[in-house]
Amino acid sequence: MTSVSNSSYDSLSVVPSWGRRFTVVVRHLFSSPVTAVGVSITFLFLVVAIIGPFIAPYGANEIIPADARQPPSADHWFGTDNLGRDVFSRVLLGAREILILAGLGTVLAVFLGTFFGLLTGYAGGWFDEITMRIFDSLLALPALLLALLLLGTVGNSRYSILIVIIVVYTPIVARVVRSVVLTVKQQGFVEAARLVGETRTRILLREILPSVLPTLSVESALRFSYAIFLVASLGFLGVGVQPPSPNWGLMVKEARAYASLIPWALFFPALAISMVVIGVNLFADGLKSILSPGQVE
Amino acid sequence: MNENPLMNTSTEKPILMIENLTVEYDHGLEAVRDVSIQVNPGETYGLAGESGSGKTTLVLAVMRYLGSSGSIKKGNIYLNDLDLRSLDDGELRRIWGNEIALVPQDPQSSLNPSLRIGDQLAEVIRQQPGITPAEVKQESIAWLKQVRLPDPERVAASYPHQISGGMQQRVLIAMALSSSPCLLVLDEPTTNLDVTTQAVILELIHELIHGQTMAILYVTHNLGVIAKYCDRVGMMYAGELVEEAETLSLFSKPLHPYTRGLLDSVPQLGETKDDLLLRPIVGQIPAIGQIPGGCVFRTRCPIAIDICREKPPLFYAGESRFTRCHRWQEIEQGDVDPHQELPAVKTGSNGNFTRSASTLAVEGLSVTFPVQRSLKEVLSGTPRNAVNAVCDINLEIPPGSTLGLVGESGSGKTTIARSIMGLQETYSGTIKLHQLELPDRLSRRDLELLRLLQIVFQNPGEALNPHLTIGETLRRPYIRLMGLSNEEAARKVTEILTDVHLPPEYAGRLPGQLSGGEMQRIALARAIASNPDLLILDEPVSSLDVSVQAAVLNLVGELQADHQNSLLFISHDLAVVGYLANQTAVIYLGHLMELSGQGDLFQSPHHPYTEALISAIPDINPQKQKTPVQLEGDIPDPANTPGGCPFHPRCPRYLGEICSTEFPTWQVDGKTGKSILCHIPLVELAKSQDQLAQKGNR
Repeated sequence: MTSVSNSSYDSLSVVPSWGRRFTVVVRHLFSSPVTAVGVSITFLFLVVAIIGPFIAPYGANEIIPADARQPPSADHWFGTDNLGRDVFSRVLLGAREILILAGLGTVLAVFLGTFFGLLTGYAGGWFDEITMRIFDSLLALPALLLALLLLGTVGNSRYSILIVIIVVYTPIVARVVRSVVLTVKQQGFVEAARLVGETRTRILLREILPSVLPTLSVESALRFSYAIFLVASLGFLGVGVQPPSPNWGLMVKEARAYASLIPWALFFPALAISMVVIGVNLFADGLKSILSPGQVE
Repeated sequence: MNENPLMNTSTEKPILMIENLTVEYDHGLEAVRDVSIQVNPGETYGLAGESGSGKTTLVLAVMRYLGSSGSIKKGNIYLNDLDLRSLDDGELRRIWGNEIALVPQDPQSSLNPSLRIGDQLAEVIRQQPGITPAEVKQESIAWLKQVRLPDPERVAASYPHQISGGMQQRVLIAMALSSSPCLLVLDEPTTNLDVTTQAVILELIHELIHGQTMAILYVTHNLGVIAKYCDRVGMMYAGELVEEAETLSLFSKPLHPYTRGLLDSVPQLGETKDDLLLRPIVGQIPAIGQIPGGCVFRTRCPIAIDICREKPPLFYAGESRFTRCHRWQEIEQGDVDPHQELPAVKTGSNGNFTRSASTLAVEGLSVTFPVQRSLKEVLSGTPRNAVNAVCDINLEIPPGSTLGLVGESGSGKTTIARSIMGLQETYSGTIKLHQLELPDRLSRRDLELLRLLQIVFQNPGEALNPHLTIGETLRRPYIRLMGLSNEEAARKVTEILTDVHLPPEYAGRLPGQLSGGEMQRIALARAIASNPDLLILDEPVSSLDVSVQAAVLNLVGELQADHQNSLLFISHDLAVVGYLANQTAVIYLGHLMELSGQGDLFQSPHHPYTEALISAIPDINPQKQKTPVQLEGDIPDPANTPGGCPFHPRCPRYLGEICSTEFPTWQVDGKTGKSILCHIPLVELAKSQDQLAQKGNR
C-alpha cells in the first residue's frame, strides 16, 4: 500500500494514517471508469444486502395467487413467478443470504489460506511439501465436483456451503500467499530481521505479511466473486439451500421450467448473479492495478 | 565575459549541435533546461553527471526517442544541418542506425533473446544500399571479428544468453559501427560490466574509432573514463550544463564547485583513511520537482553567497571553457576555495594487529553449490555437478582492523560474507569468532552471537522493510539484542540517528521517503546498534552516487574509530578498499590470490590478476593514465574451473605448463609482507611490473 501513498504525498510528511491511505486508495479506484463501475456495483449490492429486507415491497414467500405470472409492472417491477411471488422482493431479499454466505466463506478461506501460505512458504522443507501436496490434490478436482462430494458427506445445510467454500478456496489462497512469501523471504530485510534475532512469528506477521497484503486483498476480492458464483451454482443444482429460500441460483432453477412463459422470473435473478460477479471482478482488477508496484504513475 | 555558449574556436562544422534545449515531461517538470552542446567531427564529447542530472533525457532527446510523456519544449537539435526536430517517424527510422547509432547501457535487454546474434547483426547491415545476402553474411562475420570476438562464426550462431555480458556489448558495438554513423552515442556502455571487462571494452572502442571522423557523445557517471577517453567534457547537474571544458583543463582546474566536489569525493588509488578524509558534497541531488531557484547547486555549494539566488548564465571562461557559477573568477584566481580541507580521523589502529588474538578467523572455508541435474542426466546416471563458489579461503581480522575483500562479480565475495553470517547453511571449514567456532547456521546461533556479528547489505532499498518506519526498524536490535525496553530503545534510536548524521525526525518515516544514501545510513545504524565486534559491509556504496558515497565511507571510518569494531569490507572497487582497509584480500573464482597490508596494495609485486585490476581503473587525472593490462576472455564458469592456477587461462604472464597443471604455492614478499599465490618468483614479478608501469604512463 505504501507504493500508492508514496506517490501522493510529499517526501517530507510523516507516515500516513490508515484513514489517509484509505482515501488515497479510494481516489485511485475512482480514477478509472471501469473500476469505478465495479466499485459502484459492489457497493450497490452491499447496500441492498443491508437494507433489502426494509425496502422489499413483499415478503420472500408471500404468495399472491391472483398476480401469478405477471410481467414487470409498476406493482411488480420484476414481475411475479409461477406461484405469484414478487421477483423484485425475492431478488432484494436473496442478496443478503448470498453475500453473507459467500463473504463469510471467503473471509474464513482467506484467513486459513494466509495461515498455511505464510507457514509453508517460510518454513519450506517437508512441512511445505506435505501441505502443498494435500492442497494440490484438492485443487486437482473441479470445484463443483468437490462441492457435491462434500455436501454428500456433511449434509445439506447452509453451514455445509460454508465448509465447501473454505475447502475449495483455502488451497488457492495458500498457493498465492506462499508464492509471494517465497519472493519476499529472499529479500535483505527478512535476513536482517533474522540477524537481529526476531522470532519466527514476528518475522511472519510484521516483516512479511505487510508485503503480502496487496496481493492478498486482490485475491480476496476475486475469491469473493467466485464464491458468490459457487453459492449460486449450488443453489441452481438444488444442493445446499432448499426451497423456498430466495437464493438466486435456486430462483433460476425454479423459473427454468417456465422460461418461455415467464422469462422475467429467470432473467432478473440471473442478471443479479452476473452483475455482482462482474462488479466484484472489476473491483478486484482495479485494486490489482493500484496495488501492484510500478502501475501507479 | 562572453555569454554565448555557441561560440566555438574550432573552424570545423560541428556534427551534432544542440541549441538551448529544454525537455519537459508530463506535469510540466523540466528534466533538461537550456542545454547547448556541440560535438565536432572526430571528437569524443563526454557528458558527465550523476543519476538525476538529466543526461539520459538529453540522449533520448537527441535520439528523438522521448516517448509519449516527454517533449522538447524549446531549442533545436541539428545533425549536420538537418533539423532533427522536424523529422517525422519514417525519416527518423532512416536516421536511426544509419546516421545516429547508440550503444546502450544494458546489452542484455537490447538484444532480442530469441534471435541469433548473426541474424540481429545482419538486420543492421542489410540496410546498406545494394548489398547482397551473401555479402551481408560475410560482413557480419567480419564485424564480429573486428570487435575481436573469439570464434566469430560460433558467436554468430549463438543466442544472446549463451554469451557473456562483455561479449554482448561487443556485438552491440559492432551493430552501432557497422553502418558507419556520423554520430555515435555511448550511453554508459560499461557500467554493468566488471572492471577488467570494462577496460578491454573501452580500449576496443577507443581503437575502433581512432582516426574516424564520426562524432562521439559519451555519457557516463564515471569521471575516470571521461578523463581517459574524452576530448571535451560537459558536466550536467540537475538538468543543467554547469561546466564545459577541454578534458585536461576541466580536471586540472575545475571552475564549478560541483565539478570540484565530485573530483574530491572519490578516493584515489593509494589514498587511505589515515591520510585524509573524503570530502563528500553535502545533501543530495534535488528531485526533479524540487530544484532550487537561482543557481541549481546553491543548496549544496560550500561557497554559495547571496548572488547565487540569481540564476547564473553560462559564463565564457577562456578558450572553449564555460561555467555556470557566479564566482568562477574568484575560483580561478584562487580567492575562494570550494575544497573543504578535512583532517583525517586517526583510527588509533597502528598495524600491530598480529599480536592480539583475532576477532574473526576463517580457516579453510569452502562452499559448493550442487547443480540441478536434468531428468536425462539423472536417468543416465551422470554424477551430480557442483559449483565451487569458494575454495579453501583463510582469512583473519584482528580487533579494530579492517579487511578489504576485492573481487569481480562471481568471485565468491558475498558467499564468504553469508557463510560468516550463518546465512549460507552448508559450508566446510571453520569460522571462529574470538577463537570460538561458530555454529554453521543462523538458527543454531544464540542472541549474544547475533549481537556480535552484523552485516550491511549491498542494496539498501532491499535491506529495509518498506512497510516499517525507520524508528521501528532501528528499535528492534536494541529490544532483541540489547534487552532494552521500548522507551529506552526509542531514546537510543534518536542517538544513533544523530550518530549517522540524520535528523531524529527520520524515525517516523518510511524507507520509501528516503534517498539511497540515507537508506544506507539507516542500514548502517541498524548494524552498529548492537555494537558488534565484527561488522561486514557487502558493497555498501556501489549502489550510491559518487557524491553520496564519500559521506557513507567517511561515516564507516568514523564509527569504527569510535567503537573499534573489526570490519570486513567487500567491494569490487580497489580505490575504495585501499582507502578503508588495513589489509586487502584479492579473490578470483573463489580462490584467494593475494593478501596485502595497508598501503602495499598498490605497490609491486602484484599478483598478475591484481595488476590487471589496478591497471583497469581509469585515473581521474588525465595525465596519469596507464595502459590497462587486458585480460583475455571472461571469468570461467565456476562449475568448470580450470585446473592448475585458476587464473591461468586469462593470465597475461602465463609461464607455461606449470600454470595449467600445478596449483601455485603462497609466496611472501620480504619487503612488504605481501602474500601472493603465483608460480612466478616475486622478484621477477616486481621487476617486470615496475617496467611496465613506467612504460605505460602516457
